[in-house]
Amino acid sequence: MDSTQFDVEGADVAWCPGCGNFSILKALKETLAELEIAPEEVVMVSGIGQAGKLPHYIKSNVFNGLHGRSLPVSAAIRAVNPEILVFNVSGDGCTYGEGGNHFIHNIRRNPNIVNIVHNNMVYGLTKGQASPTSQLDFNTPLQVDGVFEEPFNPLATAISLNASFVARAFSGDINQTKDILKKAINHNGYALVDIFQPCVTFNKLNTFQWFKNNTYYLDESHDPNDRELAFKRAIETEKYPLGIFYINEKKKTFEESLSVYKTDKSPLFTRKQNLEKLKNLMETKR
Amino acid sequence: MSQNSLLDDISIVLCGEAGQGIQSVEAILVQAIKKSGYNVFSTKEYMSRVRGGENSTELRVSSNRVTAYVDRIDILLSLSEGAVPHLKNRISESTIIMGDEKQLKSTSFENTLPIPLLEMAKEMGGAIFSNVIAAGVIACILNVPKTVFNESIKDIFGRKGEKIVNKDISAGTKGYEIGKNILNSNRLNINVKTNENVFNEVLLNGTEAVGMGCIAGGCKFMSSYPMTPSTPLQSFMASNSEEFEMIFEQAEDEIAAINMALGGSYAGARSLVATSGSGFALMEEAVGLSGMIETPVVIYLAQRPGPAVGLPTRTSQEDLNLALYSGPGEFPRIIFAPGNLEDAFHISQRAFNQADNYQIPVFILSDQYLADIFYNIPMMGIDSTKTEHHLIKTDKNYMRYHLADDGISPRGIPGWGDGLVVVDSDEHDEEGHLTENLDIRDKMVEKRLKKLDLIEQDVLAPELIGSSDYEYLIIGWGSTYGSIVEALNNLNHDKIGFLYFKQVYPLDKSVSDYLIKADKTIIFENNAQGQFADLIKLKTGHDLHKKVLKYNGMPFSVEEIEKHLKEFLEA
Repeated sequence: MDSTQFDVEGADVAWCPGCGNFSILKALKETLAELEIAPEEVVMVSGIGQAGKLPHYIKSNVFNGLHGRSLPVSAAIRAVNPEILVFNVSGDGCTYGEGGNHFIHNIRRNPNIVNIVHNNMVYGLTKGQASPTSQLDFNTPLQVDGVFEEPFNPLATAISLNASFVARAFSGDINQTKDILKKAINHNGYALVDIFQPCVTFNKLNTFQWFKNNTYYLDESHDPNDRELAFKRAIETEKYPLGIFYINEKKKTFEESLSVYKTDKSPLFTRKQNLEKLKNLMETKR
Repeated sequence: MSQNSLLDDISIVLCGEAGQGIQSVEAILVQAIKKSGYNVFSTKEYMSRVRGGENSTELRVSSNRVTAYVDRIDILLSLSEGAVPHLKNRISESTIIMGDEKQLKSTSFENTLPIPLLEMAKEMGGAIFSNVIAAGVIACILNVPKTVFNESIKDIFGRKGEKIVNKDISAGTKGYEIGKNILNSNRLNINVKTNENVFNEVLLNGTEAVGMGCIAGGCKFMSSYPMTPSTPLQSFMASNSEEFEMIFEQAEDEIAAINMALGGSYAGARSLVATSGSGFALMEEAVGLSGMIETPVVIYLAQRPGPAVGLPTRTSQEDLNLALYSGPGEFPRIIFAPGNLEDAFHISQRAFNQADNYQIPVFILSDQYLADIFYNIPMMGIDSTKTEHHLIKTDKNYMRYHLADDGISPRGIPGWGDGLVVVDSDEHDEEGHLTENLDIRDKMVEKRLKKLDLIEQDVLAPELIGSSDYEYLIIGWGSTYGSIVEALNNLNHDKIGFLYFKQVYPLDKSVSDYLIKADKTIIFENNAQGQFADLIKLKTGHDLHKKVLKYNGMPFSVEEIEKHLKEFLEA
């Protein structure tokens, strides 16, 4: 399948030239094409931010909702129609800041979705303020004395919550990113893919070169089924590991736990209300 | 002491501490009384605590249908020392106060009827049994067959296991023994008649009526966060979710709850959230999202007194403005406020059809009082409920926000058809992609608001009760219905009518005509500012002559309304 079938005709892309988002978009389109997934089978759900605009640039069903609130939307779409492939795509501010509570509880909920987080360690849409993942001493128009709050560690948080799939990629390496995305898509359960990306306009600290110099890939000796080990790798900050940190295959997904799919696997929109049963329920109140 | 002759409509109040099982007693008794063929009504008032304090339940048992709260207490059954002081303002000379001798010792009221409640409970194995003994006393003096009473105990306590059920049945037997002694002493003369029709009727509370309406409306998805007094609806839907193929999810907060509901709705499931004041305040942002992406959601807003946490377990009608003005920007909405159980059912069903038809947020405003009251009503006509179908299968060229003449773009869902369904909280073009083209902006605003024209043609008109040849007109909305109707009947005045609103927004076009016809108008509202009176003024230009506003967290009683109406007629 050709990845151009995911191109949106006449899309007026609002990103800065050189933005890491372009590489993520390219990686995602190619991944879907290589897996022979059609646009109609996919829903892209996003919040607000530069990353949150991505669904408009990839041909698919789209729910571009509120800032921070995309994960509850994604979980519900998948719950109501388990035949749809749901991607939750948003940035570090949207997912870890405004949506922090939903991030925690959707890991617990474990819907079978892929959660792509564009992590550029800065707010782009609002022009350069700190994000939850901004590094210490990062100066911004609002953090005038530099960031002094502990940077949020999404991977360690996810592993501590026993998330079912936890990975980190770097937008500068499209092939590896595609490889991680494919594994996330094929994984049954919530899959977090945090993607490091440079913001060429507002983050002069964590540049393309900085990510190049400060990351490395986990090698084959890393056992992603070992949670403690995964946590240890997740809290490394001298150099940031990339790759699949943790996989828990044993967790039941949100959809699998719902009584509506016990005997019937069909999406809910195909089902009608049962007035005969309602009559019986009312009869019990006689 | 003299014999107490009770008419064919008696009000019995049970009062005790939280944790003494007053609510279980209410559940057992309303069911047993109804199954014995009596008309019954119950309402509870309780404190926001799990133990201690004073909670009470009023049971009205009557030869005729009763649907409202009265202040009057004919029999008070006290289960704690604090019960009489708690209810002192409602106790009159004719109130018979039953309770354990020890607990009644200090009371200055004379019309007491001591019963060996604690002693018998001790014999049964502890004070915990005094509630069921009390229930037995009441059931006995009301002539409820013991077999019917036992069945209700099994029904309510069944899940606790056979051993406990048998214990409770024995406790009930003790209560019946006390009851027989009371009847033999000729202190009471209860004259409530059974009615054949009651056997065929159903006994519901406001929550169940709404819940069944939601099921009838095709609800398939509910996500919510527990908050009194909306939690009972959450429990009702959760406990029926498997039977009716619905998803219920307790969300991490109200924000997640309504965003989930919108996700579910986008994917094709009719969706519901239930909440109360502060919880709804958290949902407001997403009410705007519903308006913008034209994705339906039904919001059950069970009101309690605010601001902030307010009085968690009490009732109010304070959140009309909150619902009416919630969410940023401009978009259409519908707000219902059912006042009785039949309307609670039919309106809840209608809410789903209308939300789907107009692709908007629709509110069902309820409150603690309406959610918790029980009474018997004729079986509801489920066969006549109509489910409208508004979803379409998409084709390749599908555009979610096609600029249709009437503003309603056919709604497709992802995964059904060949098209793509694109929705965006930003202003968007016909396809659904974000745009900052200001011409499109104009068209989209106009398209969304055009739907309001259709909605205004499709309003549940207010219902006129009483004289159509009125000079005096009472206005009420939502749960004040029962008390106003009963007060109106008691007054039996041929120049007074009651205009009952079950839809409070948009208002029906007939409203102005009704108001013009009246010489004097009076409104009853459970809030401090007269929010609905203000809305009527805003939409029709009419100032209502008198506002009776109650905001202490208690519902209007029949007597209270009657008193205000008499003053109003005399003024």
